[in-house]
Amino acid sequence: MNTNLPEQYTQDYKYLNNQIEKIQPKWLNEIRNKAFSNLSKIGFPTQRKGNEKWKYTNISKLAKSSFSFESEESPYIPNKNFITNDSDWTNLIFLNGKLLNNISNFQKADNNITISKFTDALKNPKTSQLIKTHLSKYSQVESDGFTSLNTAFINDGILINIHQDTHITKPIHISFISHSNETPTVSYPRILIIANKNSSSNIIESYIGDSKIDSFTNSVSEIVLDDSAKISHYRLLNESDNTYHIESSRVTLKRNSNFESNSFSRSSKLGRYDLKVNIEGENAYCNLSGLYLTSGNQHIDNFINIDHIKPKGTSRLNYKGILTEKSRAVFGGTVWVREGAIHTDSIQSDKNLLLSEEAEVDSKPALFIYADDVQCAHGATAGNIDAETIFYMRSRGIDLETASKLLINGFANEIINNVDIPELKQQLEKLFLESLPKYKLDF
Amino acid sequence: MKKNKPLIEIKNLHVSVDDGIKILNGINLTINYGEVHVIMGPNGSGKSTLANVLSGRPGYNVDDGEILFKGENIISLDPEIRARNGMFLAFQYPMELPGVRTWQFLKSSVDAIRLHNELPELKIKEFDKLLEEKKDIVEMNSELLKRSVNEGFSGGEKKRNEILQLSLLNPTFAMLDETDSGLDIDALQIVAKGVKSFHNNTNSVMLVTHYQRILNHLNPDYIHVLIDGQIVKSGNKSLSLELESKGYEWIRESISKES
Repeated sequence: MNTNLPEQYTQDYKYLNNQIEKIQPKWLNEIRNKAFSNLSKIGFPTQRKGNEKWKYTNISKLAKSSFSFESEESPYIPNKNFITNDSDWTNLIFLNGKLLNNISNFQKADNNITISKFTDALKNPKTSQLIKTHLSKYSQVESDGFTSLNTAFINDGILINIHQDTHITKPIHISFISHSNETPTVSYPRILIIANKNSSSNIIESYIGDSKIDSFTNSVSEIVLDDSAKISHYRLLNESDNTYHIESSRVTLKRNSNFESNSFSRSSKLGRYDLKVNIEGENAYCNLSGLYLTSGNQHIDNFINIDHIKPKGTSRLNYKGILTEKSRAVFGGTVWVREGAIHTDSIQSDKNLLLSEEAEVDSKPALFIYADDVQCAHGATAGNIDAETIFYMRSRGIDLETASKLLINGFANEIINNVDIPELKQQLEKLFLESLPKYKLDF
Repeated sequence: MKKNKPLIEIKNLHVSVDDGIKILNGINLTINYGEVHVIMGPNGSGKSTLANVLSGRPGYNVDDGEILFKGENIISLDPEIRARNGMFLAFQYPMELPGVRTWQFLKSSVDAIRLHNELPELKIKEFDKLLEEKKDIVEMNSELLKRSVNEGFSGGEKKRNEILQLSLLNPTFAMLDETDSGLDIDALQIVAKGVKSFHNNTNSVMLVTHYQRILNHLNPDYIHVLIDGQIVKSGNKSLSLELESKGYEWIRESISKES
């Protein structure tokens, strides 16, 4: 089959292989080789008929474009204060996929957590075994060309292992900065997070950038929560308008575990977040909330799946979008309740505020229930600010502009208020609330 | 003295909606400072339209006539400007404002009106003090002030919130659009108490209602009967009692006899 994969990927893959084949363990080479040959077979997903997963997001331009992989560290020094300079935080800063050791801040004295680049972790028998056990076991290499591509280039990944009974309160912040100014550049962020029994942690993943020309971030993360583990996960997408961002995240929940996810998408040329949570233990809980604010010609696609495999699971899915100008958003939210997953409790909702006639949203919530005795609900809305509501506020002396601002902020705050980290919350308020164009709505 | 002049004068007001349907057909009404006027009439007679048009709600076309408020024709003014000039409408169905805290909404309103009157915005402490005093009049639960405006409020709580806004904004002309509808006896008394404590000889009230019962708590000066967009009969409080027992048909009949 001719997949028309741009030649550059093959060249870069061969080049990387020459560099790392002899250093990496055999099993990892096998994973990578298999992934690359799979990619050559299936190519990137297209909008062809029947491909429901990509029905509303057209990646044909991305699929045809050529991007180069930087195998060496770039000399460019980014502004690292994208979120915070708090030295208590663990700050891992990646530039075009390479960890910048000199400006990153590892939490040194803490023995209860292992944070290590794959290249280092593979030298240690214990962590090497941990990676071998989990890496590429949850991500869907075979069916997803983007995951195959990322997997073929695994080298600079990061392992976060939170030890049993450990409670990490200060956030672990991983920033991926994409920067391409002369050659269109691709990066392959790869994250493996293991939350061991009865641990808790706060993890922020942010994808930011200032690319002046096209760039491509192709990220894959695998997150495993063992029994009674808890992760509060925050994700921020604020890439440049020139960046294609394709991200896939696979989360596995064991018994009594708790996964809180808050995703904030502000900017990118095309941003796809494919999050899947598998409830593989009884009585596990996940709360996935998200806010997207799109402008210009941006396209944001949130493709969220929750799979209830074991009984007594609870899932909440609550996404909200604000669309301006000619932007487009896609929300696909699917909850599966498998046979035997009795006493599942699931609610999903996607609400959209369309602030321009040219903006468009395709929202598809879906439920597939194969078990008895479950409680599930779903819904989606899209609309402009209600004229009656605006009149109510104006009749109290509040002008049109202030009234719409109060309403839009109120809409967004419902998600932003979930954030328990004050520094992050402040940044999000700035990014989402202050950046909103002043709407002079005509009523 | 300015206050010898009427607060509001409605002259030959004709109003239609966008599909050309005429709702008001030549309303003439003068309301002086200190007066309480009641507008009654069957469903669809134009009562709510009158209150909405006075407050500047979009969607209505004023085809003819004048609305003089404090001597100025306000037909071209935006609703927020009318509100800042001292008009207030308590809604029949108050809107919910998801994500907008009641406290924040109330303060934004009070400040918008103060700024218009060249007064500085209230400091948080000053506003809280004012709010504390006013919320007691309508027996409003403080917890509600922390919640989104009217979201999850009961029908009675929403109406009390309207009267709380009336007390806080202290307008010169208050219109109440069926504020008494759907209230139990206790809530009705609280609403009436709120209106009574607001009303004095420096302001006026126009009450749109279907029921006589709220009039037992307030002391109306005039009752007007609106039928097919016209005031067909005006009288004192005894007219409302007559309407309560006889309905509107006898008025229709007496009009058709006259013509």
